[in-house]
Amino acid sequence: MIRAGLHALLSHWWRHPFQLVTLMLGLATATALWSGVQAINAEARASYDRAARTLAGSERDILVARDGGDITLDTFVALRRAGWQVSPLIEGRVDTDAGPLNVIGIDLFTLPMDDLPEGIGTFGGSPDFVAGDGQLLVSPATQRRLADAAGLPPRVSLADMPDAVAYTDIGVAQRLLQRETFDRLVIAAPPALNAPPLSQVAPTLARRAARSGNDIARLTDSFHLNLTAFGLLSFAVGLFIVRGAIGLAFEQRRGVFRTLRALGLPARLLLGLLVAELLVLALVAGALGVALGYVIATLLLPDVAATLRGLYGAEVDGALSLRPIWWATGLAIAVLGTAVAAAGSLWKVAHLPLFAPAQPRAWARASDRAMRLQAMASAGLLAVAALLGWVGGGLVAGFVLLGALLVGAALALPMFLSVTLAAFARLSKGPLAQWFWADTRQQLPGLSLALMALLLALAANIGVGTMVNSFRATFTGWLDQRLASELYVTAPSEADAADLRAWLDPRVDAILPIRSVDATLGGAPGEIFGIADHPTYTDNWPLIEAGPDVRDRVASGEAVLINEQLARRETLWPGDTIALPGWTEATIAGVYSDYGNPTGQAMVGLSRFDALFPEAPDLRYGLRVSGDTDALARDLQAAFPGAQVTDQAAIKRLSLDVFERTFTVTAALNVLTLSVAALAILTSLLTLATMRQPQLAPVWALGLTRARLGQLELLRALLLAALTFVAALPVGLALAWVLLAVINVEAFGWRLPMQLFPRDWLWLAALSLLAAGFAALLPAIRLSRLPPNELLKVFAHER
Amino acid sequence: MNANRLTRRGLLSGLAVLPIAKASAQGFAGMGQAAGEFALPRPDTAITFPADHAPHPDFRIEWWYVTANLEGPDGTPYGIQWTLFRSALRPAPVTDGWATSQVWMGHAALTTQDSHFAAERFSRGGIGVAGVMLAPFEARIDDWSMSGPDIGHVRLTAAGTDFAFDLQLATDKPFILQGANGYSVKSSVGAASHYYSQPFYRVDGSLTLPGGAVEVSGKAWMDREWSSQPLAEDQSGWDWFSLHLDSGDKVMGYRLRGAEVYTASTWITAQGASTSFDNGAFSAEPLELTDVNGNDVPTTWAARLPVRGLDVTVTALNPQSWMPLTVSYWEGPVRVTGSHTGIGYLEMTGYG
Amino acid sequence: MLKVEKLKKSFAGADGPVPVLRGVDLSLEAGHTLALTGDSGSGKSTLLHLIGGLDTADSGHILLDGTDITTMDDRARAKLRRNSIGVIFQQFNLIPSLDLAANIAFQARLAGTYDADWTDELTRRLGLADHRTKYPEQLSGGQQQRVAIGRTLAARPRLVLADEPTGNLDETSGAEVLSLMLDLVGDTGAALLVVTHSRDLASKMERQLHLRQGVIER
Repeated sequence: MIRAGLHALLSHWWRHPFQLVTLMLGLATATALWSGVQAINAEARASYDRAARTLAGSERDILVARDGGDITLDTFVALRRAGWQVSPLIEGRVDTDAGPLNVIGIDLFTLPMDDLPEGIGTFGGSPDFVAGDGQLLVSPATQRRLADAAGLPPRVSLADMPDAVAYTDIGVAQRLLQRETFDRLVIAAPPALNAPPLSQVAPTLARRAARSGNDIARLTDSFHLNLTAFGLLSFAVGLFIVRGAIGLAFEQRRGVFRTLRALGLPARLLLGLLVAELLVLALVAGALGVALGYVIATLLLPDVAATLRGLYGAEVDGALSLRPIWWATGLAIAVLGTAVAAAGSLWKVAHLPLFAPAQPRAWARASDRAMRLQAMASAGLLAVAALLGWVGGGLVAGFVLLGALLVGAALALPMFLSVTLAAFARLSKGPLAQWFWADTRQQLPGLSLALMALLLALAANIGVGTMVNSFRATFTGWLDQRLASELYVTAPSEADAADLRAWLDPRVDAILPIRSVDATLGGAPGEIFGIADHPTYTDNWPLIEAGPDVRDRVASGEAVLINEQLARRETLWPGDTIALPGWTEATIAGVYSDYGNPTGQAMVGLSRFDALFPEAPDLRYGLRVSGDTDALARDLQAAFPGAQVTDQAAIKRLSLDVFERTFTVTAALNVLTLSVAALAILTSLLTLATMRQPQLAPVWALGLTRARLGQLELLRALLLAALTFVAALPVGLALAWVLLAVINVEAFGWRLPMQLFPRDWLWLAALSLLAAGFAALLPAIRLSRLPPNELLKVFAHER
Repeated sequence: MNANRLTRRGLLSGLAVLPIAKASAQGFAGMGQAAGEFALPRPDTAITFPADHAPHPDFRIEWWYVTANLEGPDGTPYGIQWTLFRSALRPAPVTDGWATSQVWMGHAALTTQDSHFAAERFSRGGIGVAGVMLAPFEARIDDWSMSGPDIGHVRLTAAGTDFAFDLQLATDKPFILQGANGYSVKSSVGAASHYYSQPFYRVDGSLTLPGGAVEVSGKAWMDREWSSQPLAEDQSGWDWFSLHLDSGDKVMGYRLRGAEVYTASTWITAQGASTSFDNGAFSAEPLELTDVNGNDVPTTWAARLPVRGLDVTVTALNPQSWMPLTVSYWEGPVRVTGSHTGIGYLEMTGYG
Repeated sequence: MLKVEKLKKSFAGADGPVPVLRGVDLSLEAGHTLALTGDSGSGKSTLLHLIGGLDTADSGHILLDGTDITTMDDRARAKLRRNSIGVIFQQFNLIPSLDLAANIAFQARLAGTYDADWTDELTRRLGLADHRTKYPEQLSGGQQQRVAIGRTLAARPRLVLADEPTGNLDETSGAEVLSLMLDLVGDTGAALLVVTHSRDLASKMERQLHLRQGVIER
């Protein structure tokens, strides 16, 4: 019985291979986008873990200086001699011939092995690591990059090491970084039984509890959440296709189900057979999807890596490794998705009356009920979204808001379209127009899933596009303000710097020192800059919040400026105070925007900076030039071959480049999502096409050519796409607002003014019409070339 | 975790701190490695005090090794171990700064009849955390130290997360040169070390146990040894006995296991007169094995030095005195019965 | 007004073309009725489809008021269907998305011959006046066929083709529908060609022709 039943059920797919293809395609695409994004996330997280392991202290409590400054050797020795199991760490950047290198100094004698990156496990160890010149442990890629770098200790390349970072003995690191102190001490193990309390041994240090994750992971979490949200969106869009295909296959097999039941196949067994059938389809399509996802991930990963590097300074390897867990979750999500998509159809089969007439209008009227329910659900969700937008805070609330908004909007779409089409129908004259509107409205239940998919894709496109463009506009303007000097120069040494200043003095309008030190700000790594009291800064500085007399108070060293990220993260605004090394209660005079920088920053008047950090190098200068900038740059380079001269334009180009790459991934996913939506429309139309013959045949018989009918079909698709776009526009703008005002603030730490880009909308509208047109073209052409025979079958007696 | 421990061992072995016990290939803890350009022990080197209490950085390896048999007020026996190992990364000694060639490791243990606590410390020299100074005497790694006006009068401290000890050691008796005037041969093919001992320390002080503090007193024994290749290449480990006989005599005997079993021993009278015996005079034979950390370890021995009429059974106070550290071995207090009675310490390496 | 000459049509079959019409000749004058009978597969529906401009013949001619429709292109035939011919199907084939009134008016409005009074009268005489706002699936079979008749006649075609118009109806409503159809067609002065296998129905027509294996049986 099972065999016969299965054969009867499966023969359907044999007869309708296209449906099978649609189903598989939808499921595979959905799985692919989802698992592709997951693969990227997994790879990135693995990279962070590798990196975090060395940054040591991520999973252990650490000791830091209360004033955010450095820790001396004496303090370290005192702690060890008192029984505290601490291990010193130092991190910094070394400028090499081959570009900057992050150096991490560790003490292998006291650092727990668990804190080191996996790759160091393959390091057999060598006396040279500690004694003599020392060694740099680097990844093979970094090894190649540093091949010709002079002045560095010998490199040892180890697989599985994070890129662009070198691990070395703490003493070697101190030498390279020209420091004699440490950044922090890791508490490697509990102190000895009788060790005196920390407050007695090292009162200047504070114990900081272990973090659940690491800094990079925390910083990038929101970015990955973004990606995941996109993956989920794509998956949902794909599920619309699956839902359509399964629904149709079940609808068309209703007769078979009924016959099988009438012939004595128990309902349970029928259901079981169908579930088995779907499971097999889901697994095959899932496997296909995972493989496809791998391809997508491989293509996108380099851009993701670039983004993460640009935005957060997080290093992600560009190569993807296949992980079994990823296969498993890919297949699981495919099966789960199929289950969700098929649930309704299976329920219907389970409750199938043995004999019930199937009438298209009846179906449409049942859909009316469903549509009203959807509209109610939608109203509820939109209310939730509005409420969250009003009172909510935090990233999670932001994403819930996002979800409620999108799902709510999608659910409202059928109602919106139905009402709009009804209005058009009322306004229309002429029988053809009336029929067209009425018929279009009747197609809605069959098309609404695909149209919802399109709505989501369009809204995402508009929303993300608005965000990116707003960002770009703001960022460009901000760069102009921030990079006010015409030339930037870095001297190779302090001695050269003095000569350089002397040489420059008569040739430029102003020499603005750019001095900075790394420091702990608000409990996280950050930077402190010294700024000169010069109109270049005071006129151009992009302050988003300012107290009274900002300029004077900063210049006189009374108060400091901090960047927006730090302000938002620590809720510090003008009038509050912040602890700087050596200046525990620095009053904040203003907050400036600082896009594209992951860390906190503070700016101090130059004289005060000098007093606080006399050892900070004085090597970089911004130059105000009124004459020929290029000529000056050439002369400068000729006079000081060791100096690095960069013009403003180059820096801007670099910054914008980083920025552009930041959103490459988002753009790529956008395009993919839109393609999936187009696919959804195509498959819906194609499957509808066969069902529509009985509806079209009479119209044809009454005197319309097939070509005309085909045109109308095309027009209908375009119209629906256009209406969907109209509906998507406000949704997309709302989405943009959520992204800019809620998600971005949480994720990146800055809020951007929202700007509108109507020209992009036109482009997108054209694109969506094009997509819908393409999707409708094939069914329309098929209709216009349909042999009359096929249409006549509708009238045949022997139907 | 285990993998990481091995990693650490691998690392440290590479650093030549204390390498992997690779069966017989290079002997226990790499002590069979060729000495290379390090200084070598010579039979004609005269050991002088107090200078030789200080480190010998041109030798590859060296230790200050203290064991003590202690008793609580109620007669409960205890044992402690306090060891400072020095290792040189390179032959040319650099003693100051981060790039030092001198690396230090500390082991401390406290043994009772039913428990055994152990801890270890690592540090490089040159930065003020670990090292040995002569006057006043101080041997230190982190918070563990052996310090006093001179090496005959020191305070010995160590602490782990679950135990601690703080003891005063004192003696005015002479140091005992082992082997031939402190030149101690370890195999018939010539591996050797400089080796002297101080078996006469009297001890007072307190132990900190999970149950609380205990006042103790007893006897301690210090071994000082330095070399660059103390074991022959084929030697996989040793069984080392230091016994305080109730007669007041002290016995040191060791048995190096390799292609041949090589023994050496010293009989020290209560007055401090010593006689060293060459290979074969001393013998030790396992009587009972105990499963320790998954390996069969002899914890009862028949020890004999027939020339002095010694024929005793040496029994571990706590058979589970395993040191589960980066370099692991068995070390614990023993009881002596038979022709003589007494107490002592047993160290067995190369068993796991 | 209708003249069919040597009409041939075959369909592709598994073993080559299968001839369905092997040279059919017939004629029908305006205002007259003709029944075409035949067994299943005799080719009578095919003939009706060809005359209605729904399909194209292999050879032969179909002259409608002297114009040969076999040489017309798709567009011209669509215009013909719109303006000159009305087809009533066994399956009614109403447009499900339009209500009754819109269905009846549909073809007439397409053809541009919509006459509100006439449509109104038709609706009334067909007994559908109370159901104007109903959708096809809310009507009984007899009602649906009456809508189909109304839709056809509202456009005042010159030739009405009916393919088993009562085939899907029970006897009583079938008879009812048939007499209504004959009355109304008579009023418009159109020619009526009915394809049926029912001798009873055929006997209601002025002339009867029997189609057997693709030729008219004399």
